[in-house]
Amino acid sequence: MTRVLIPSGALGLGYDADALAAGIAAKPDIIAIDGGSTDSGPHYLGTGTSKYSRASTKHEWRGLMMARAVANVPLVIGTAGTCGTDSTVDWLLEITKEIAAETGQNLKIASLKSNQSAAKITDALAVGDISALPAAPAIDTDIIKSCTNIVALAGAEQIQTALATGADIIIAGRTTDTAIIAALPLAQGCHAGAAWHGAKIGECGALCATNPQSGVILVDFDKDGFTITPMAETSCATPQTVFAHMLYENSDPFILFEPGGHLDVTAAKYLALDDRRVRVTGSKWVPAPDYTVKLEGARLAGYQSVVIALLRDPRYVANARVWCADIVEKCTAKTSERLDLASEEFNIELRLIGDNATLGPLETAPTKSHEIGILGIVTANSDALAREIAKLLNPYLLHHPLTQSEEQPTFAFPFSPAEISRGAIYEFCLHHVLRLDDPLQAFTLTVEDIGNA
Amino acid sequence: MHRLGGIVEKIRSKNAGPFWLTIDIFCGSDAAFETVSKALKTGQVADVFCAQRDSIKRFDIPDLCVIKFSLPRPTVQGSPQDRDMHGASYGALLADLEI
Repeated sequence: MTRVLIPSGALGLGYDADALAAGIAAKPDIIAIDGGSTDSGPHYLGTGTSKYSRASTKHEWRGLMMARAVANVPLVIGTAGTCGTDSTVDWLLEITKEIAAETGQNLKIASLKSNQSAAKITDALAVGDISALPAAPAIDTDIIKSCTNIVALAGAEQIQTALATGADIIIAGRTTDTAIIAALPLAQGCHAGAAWHGAKIGECGALCATNPQSGVILVDFDKDGFTITPMAETSCATPQTVFAHMLYENSDPFILFEPGGHLDVTAAKYLALDDRRVRVTGSKWVPAPDYTVKLEGARLAGYQSVVIALLRDPRYVANARVWCADIVEKCTAKTSERLDLASEEFNIELRLIGDNATLGPLETAPTKSHEIGILGIVTANSDALAREIAKLLNPYLLHHPLTQSEEQPTFAFPFSPAEISRGAIYEFCLHHVLRLDDPLQAFTLTVEDIGNA
Repeated sequence: MHRLGGIVEKIRSKNAGPFWLTIDIFCGSDAAFETVSKALKTGQVADVFCAQRDSIKRFDIPDLCVIKFSLPRPTVQGSPQDRDMHGASYGALLADLEI
């Protein structure tokens, strides 16, 4: 049997300290936590930075490093620093060294890096080793070269190689959410379907149970299945909460693709062992003929400045869409003229908060607001240009009249200056898989000893 | 005719990666599941999102009283056109469907 302790769905989200202590008392074989996701958008992969604060990350990581020292088992994090680039692996490694020095720990640390060079990826594209996943955008050599970061998602094999070094702590770049949990059970001969299925159920911590904020869960893997036990006394796993987690952020609740194959849970059975624990059997792992890893890439998509204005006058609230369309038309013409720009070199968009800012043209609900927020978004090829165009937009949002004949109106601006630079913006541009001859070929593993050891 | 949001317990939408959107309709009871499973047509869901009918994956899961739809995201997550980074609000459109 392999016992995996999962402190929470992501480092930075917090965990219940008592529940973590209970998990350590249960003598796990490994502690595994996810460090990221694409869910917060392309900025993090584009810039190679973390979404969570350094202070919060260090506080929680220190708690896990202290727990690891008590348990004397490996601690592994996947997708370190939100995006799992080489830069965020280095960022967490630096934090780890600080904590080790502050707490007097001697440690062997393995770093697994997932960044891919554009040259290797364009070569792979040329020889047909890259395949598009459903709904992938079109790619070519130029798009690949324009990426600021490309990462490959490591699977269980790369984590197993890192574990085999005898490292106390493994800081992995981009991995699948499940790989860090499935790796040890698979290496120790547990049921492969159960290893991947239990990893998927456990990857968000206690989200597969009641009181998900408590975070900490324990997953026991064996030859036939797996058992989920929440570590907080207030948290209960039921067959429903466990099965329902297969819905979460999955386009298919029964099939999950991983490097080297896929998980099929169509025939899985979920059994309540008591009112808090669930046993799952019948999950199936289907190996694939080719070993592929998913790629993620982000690239610069321009620079933005935003302006916020507020309409409270009932006549302007009632006619906000007409008013905005007129401003976009006039301001676009003035921008082209004053800055000598072609219309495709910039974009001015006004979103109506309180009308359809969330869903845009898909919105069906009637507007009932007594006020409308105008979110003006300017996109251009440089930060300075985006700000300049936002300054051209400013007087329209402050004074533009619905009709020529009326007295000049004035609207509410919450800030001075009205324009706010968002700097560089990024976009996701890869949804593809890369075929590998050897699972390690796209990843770099480094081992170092820190402290006085 | 009934408003879908008035029959079911909860409708949740989320990203399933940057390029896919997934919507889970938690019916809350066997009776509601039976009703919605029969009455809600995949074509209606496609129309709400201006999507192609055959681009939508549908899963009717009686054990959970859940009906799940997945489709290519109406705009790629975080692209300049995107308005909802986490795909959190698309479920509201289904709640307003009449069945």
